[in-house]
Amino acid sequence: MIPARFDYLRAGSLEEACQALAADEDAKVIAGGQSLLPLLRLRLSYPTTLVDIGRLPGLSGVEDRGDHVHIGAMTTHDEVMRSPVVNAACPLVAMATATVADPAVRHRGTFGGSLAHGDPAGDLPAVVLALDGVLVARSERGERDIPAAEFFVDYLESSLRPGEILAGVRIPKLGEGWGYHYEKFHRTAQAWAIVGVAAAVRRSNGAIQEARVGLTNMGSTPLRARAVEAALRGVEVGEQVRPACEAAAEGTSPPADLHAQPDYRRHLAKVLTYRAIGKAAGAP
Amino acid sequence: MTELDAGLVGEQIAESGQIAEPTGRGEIGRARRRKEDARLLTGHTRWTDNLQQPGMVQVMFLRSPMAHARITRVDVSAAKELPGVLAAFSGRDFADEQGSLPCAWPVSEDIVIPDHPPMAVSEVRYVGEAVACVVATDRYRAADALEAVEVDYEPLPAVMDMHDALTPGSPKVHESGNKAFSTTITSGDVEAAFRDAPVVIDRTYIQQRLIPSAMEPRAVLASTDGDTFTLWSSTQIPHVLRVMLAVTTGIPEHRLRVIAPDVGGGFGSKLQVTAEEVLCLLLTRRLGRPVKWSESRSEGNLTVHHGRDQIQHIRLAAEADGRIRGLRVELLADMGAYLMLVTPGVPMLGASMFNAIYKMDAYEFACTGVFTTKMPTDAYRGAGRPEATFAIERVMDELAAELGIDPLEARRRNWIRHDEFPYTTISGLTYDSGNYEAATERAMALFGYDKLRAEQADRRDRGDPVQLGIGVSTYTEMCGLAPSRLLGMANYGAGGWEHGSVRMLPTGKVEVITGTSPHGQGHVTSWSQIAADALGVPFDDITVLHGDTAVAHKGMDTYGSRSLVIGGVAVLQACEKVKDKARKLAAHLLECSPDDLEFEAGAFKVRGTGASKTIQELAFAAFTAHDLPEGVEARLDSDATFDPDNYSFPHGTHLCAVEVDTETGMVKIRSYVAVDDVGKVINPLIVEGQVHGGIAQGVAQALFEEAVYDADGNLLTATMADYLLPSAADLPTFTTDRTETPSTGNPLGVKGVGEAGTIASTPAVVNAVVDALRPRGVRDVQMPCTPERVWRAVQGTRGGVRS
Ligand SMILES: Cc1cc2nc3c(=O)[nH]c(=O)nc-3n(C[C@H](O)[C@H](O)[C@H](O)COP(=O)(O)OP(=O)(O)OC[C@H]3O[C@@H](n4cnc5c(N)ncnc54)[C@H](O)[C@@H]3O)c2cc1C
Repeated sequence: MIPARFDYLRAGSLEEACQALAADEDAKVIAGGQSLLPLLRLRLSYPTTLVDIGRLPGLSGVEDRGDHVHIGAMTTHDEVMRSPVVNAACPLVAMATATVADPAVRHRGTFGGSLAHGDPAGDLPAVVLALDGVLVARSERGERDIPAAEFFVDYLESSLRPGEILAGVRIPKLGEGWGYHYEKFHRTAQAWAIVGVAAAVRRSNGAIQEARVGLTNMGSTPLRARAVEAALRGVEVGEQVRPACEAAAEGTSPPADLHAQPDYRRHLAKVLTYRAIGKAAGAP
Repeated sequence: MTELDAGLVGEQIAESGQIAEPTGRGEIGRARRRKEDARLLTGHTRWTDNLQQPGMVQVMFLRSPMAHARITRVDVSAAKELPGVLAAFSGRDFADEQGSLPCAWPVSEDIVIPDHPPMAVSEVRYVGEAVACVVATDRYRAADALEAVEVDYEPLPAVMDMHDALTPGSPKVHESGNKAFSTTITSGDVEAAFRDAPVVIDRTYIQQRLIPSAMEPRAVLASTDGDTFTLWSSTQIPHVLRVMLAVTTGIPEHRLRVIAPDVGGGFGSKLQVTAEEVLCLLLTRRLGRPVKWSESRSEGNLTVHHGRDQIQHIRLAAEADGRIRGLRVELLADMGAYLMLVTPGVPMLGASMFNAIYKMDAYEFACTGVFTTKMPTDAYRGAGRPEATFAIERVMDELAAELGIDPLEARRRNWIRHDEFPYTTISGLTYDSGNYEAATERAMALFGYDKLRAEQADRRDRGDPVQLGIGVSTYTEMCGLAPSRLLGMANYGAGGWEHGSVRMLPTGKVEVITGTSPHGQGHVTSWSQIAADALGVPFDDITVLHGDTAVAHKGMDTYGSRSLVIGGVAVLQACEKVKDKARKLAAHLLECSPDDLEFEAGAFKVRGTGASKTIQELAFAAFTAHDLPEGVEARLDSDATFDPDNYSFPHGTHLCAVEVDTETGMVKIRSYVAVDDVGKVINPLIVEGQVHGGIAQGVAQALFEEAVYDADGNLLTATMADYLLPSAADLPTFTTDRTETPSTGNPLGVKGVGEAGTIASTPAVVNAVVDALRPRGVRDVQMPCTPERVWRAVQGTRGGVRS
């Protein structure tokens, strides 16, 4: 429960942080520490230096930028879920964030940390994926946009390059007529999702025009349930929704752990997708 | 204040305004806020880990990553070279002095108690067993140095399954084999009861392995001045520990002081003589410096003794109308790798409780203790009684289902009626008092039983994917450990008395010293209430001292819901002795016969006259000792040691309604009603707290907690992300109430409440889950009833048992 020895650098500027990371590939960014510290304490990770980006200006906060919302990487979960901008323009982010852990973790853990960590069991990666967010990476060489679909590479692995820091995320506004729901299935209030489903649905004239479905913990990365999205297009809200959701587990490779075997996760994905779509579509 | 006759010091005391007026009765039964809490909640705490000693060093233990292996080499030399490291040792370094960790309960003639070295010397038998240690100036350096210790193991086969372990030819945990003991208790003609029985219920239940999770992880601090030793430990049992450590380490008892400072929960897990306690003493003896050890949560999950872990084969024979003829219980109890303080005694504490509140003609209890390569099991909240209660209450529901009658009706046809007490059960225990009818009636009313049954029927008719289940548990338990005579008969290594002392200070303030060792139960408050009423002194004028063998020299400590029933009564009896002394003194000062005095509201009054002396005045008079009668000592202080004639038997009815989502398997508790009868209540707030926490822990066994080892003996639930504890957010609002049938076994009429909630609630919840799914052919779901297990039960696959 005691980490191995490491050096600690409280970066004074983004440039300094980027330099430190570029100079040493075993250096690691520390944001809220809510995922990294457990790994250090269990001695599952041995970074040489922790580069603390907690005091850097400009990495934190939520901004309404017209066609999208910008969420700074260092914005804490608590700030995100309480942000009027997030709640108005991309409420799915707020809904999912509110299910993360407990207030103590939400006051330290960050939006950017959750994404950079790349844990498919985390609640936010699937949401950002479903909303087609764009992740903004910063390095000594400048800024780079990474679409969410290209960001999550593998279990605990993102497409951030050595020396890159996630600076913020752009969440496009979906506009009028969309409904949202995050359906998290977990055994205790503080536990991680066994399966989670992030759903955004545009409905008009009683039918689903467009649906976005992100899956939490159904593979080594967050996944889009594309087959469901396709099957739902034009479907009347009612009887037809359930059969469309039967495709939710297509193309997934869910993990086996103490809480669920893969067949059970596949089953849950279907049931939870149906429920999430129903709630997002405002079904009774 | 009446005038006091005293010298100079006395005058100062008298004028100091310190001497209080007596108060009336009325403390007992009052919902006093706990005296302990302001200090604890504001962080003015003395957890063992907070304590500092000059020159203190830290020890950390290297723990075996193998479930079973021969140790072929331990090399600590590289670790010793690292900065800040004072010493490093392997088990061999302690082999001659570490002795064997004690087992105080050899439950049968055939029991095998294997040698249990605090630090493994030649063989490890569970993952987590200590194989080496490093002592350093701080924990950080010690942790780094642990990585420099080299150990070579020669793997031996893990023994994980109890049935396999007992199969001839199985790899052995110990030379002597895998059977720790076996025992059978029979009462009545069991063969006859089962012969031609119209109904026989035959079930097997699994009590999963649990990890007791006290809020405060364990910690130990040992120091010596070269002559005497002091050990601070986060323990429930400072007194028992002192004797056992003296025996184990050879440090003479009178030169060893054990202190349990603030202790943040135990639930049985700190009712132990641990390897770390022994090793810290040996280390301080060797190094001459204070040595501290504090465990991490993961280390604790590996090495705090575990709880439960039984396979229960239950057969019940009944008449066609549901009356029970006989009960047969066959247990396999997983001991883990060694027998610790009361490891084999845990299943035996349930031996006489499977028959519970029911009348029957015959009973048989058989138990085999089995060694496996896992952490030893031992006492965990309820210890033996939750297991028994679970099995019988589950089977009573199965009986009701078999007969097509309401589960409460099945119980009514069999339980002991209130006019039948005292009642000697088939297993030979005499239940002093109880009223199962009253508690059940009250619980049903609070629960809205009939309405919920109607809703259940409606949901079944509609084929609602969310089904409603109703679970019943009409439990009793045996607590107040215990009559020394009965413990002796059960071959337990110690008595069951408890000690209390009362010191009357010159200013009339009172120090109560108790042999119980509270670690969250609120004894300081409750004992104050008892003494306040007995002596007529104000609640706030009483201090309760405990948990230090130099202060409270005699005690049997806290476990088994014994503290109030034995220790609280000892305090009361010590107060009575104080009053006996005070009466003599009062009679002398008031120039009357002791028989002319009546004691009321803290004062002795001469009948028929206005003359009186308060207890505080008498304490002061004893202190100045200027005018004492012939043969009376200059003190009112008194001691009492109480040893009851019988156990006490709280009981109650718990009702649980669950909603089971048949599509996902998720179980949600919709409502929970607990009506407990714990006899007289000293402090309703504390009783309520014990019931709430108890229910939470019982629900946790039913739905959430399970220690899981893989086939190689690795613990997969070493962190709280994998070992799920429910929090308030996962539990419903409990509706609690009480009936009050005083115990006849002690003058307070109390029965004990520490374990009741845990014992009662587990079967109530599981019965509810099964009740919800019974129309779908499900007749059992293995604990914990996880969503996956429930879902599989509904699917008719692995995890659920269908008829
Ligand atoms: C008890 C507990 C329960 C939890 N439950 C949940 C849950 O239910 N759902 C959930 O989604 N999460 C849960 N979490 C995780 C939590 O959401 C974390 O906040 C999050 O995963 C990581 O954010 P952080 O700021 O703490 O990152 P850190 O722990 O500081 O870092 C995590 C990783 O990301 C990297 N990193 C962080 N920020 C950046 C950046 N800006 N640029 C580049 N790399 C970066 C770090 O180098 C590190 O590798 C839980 C955590 C705990 C302790």
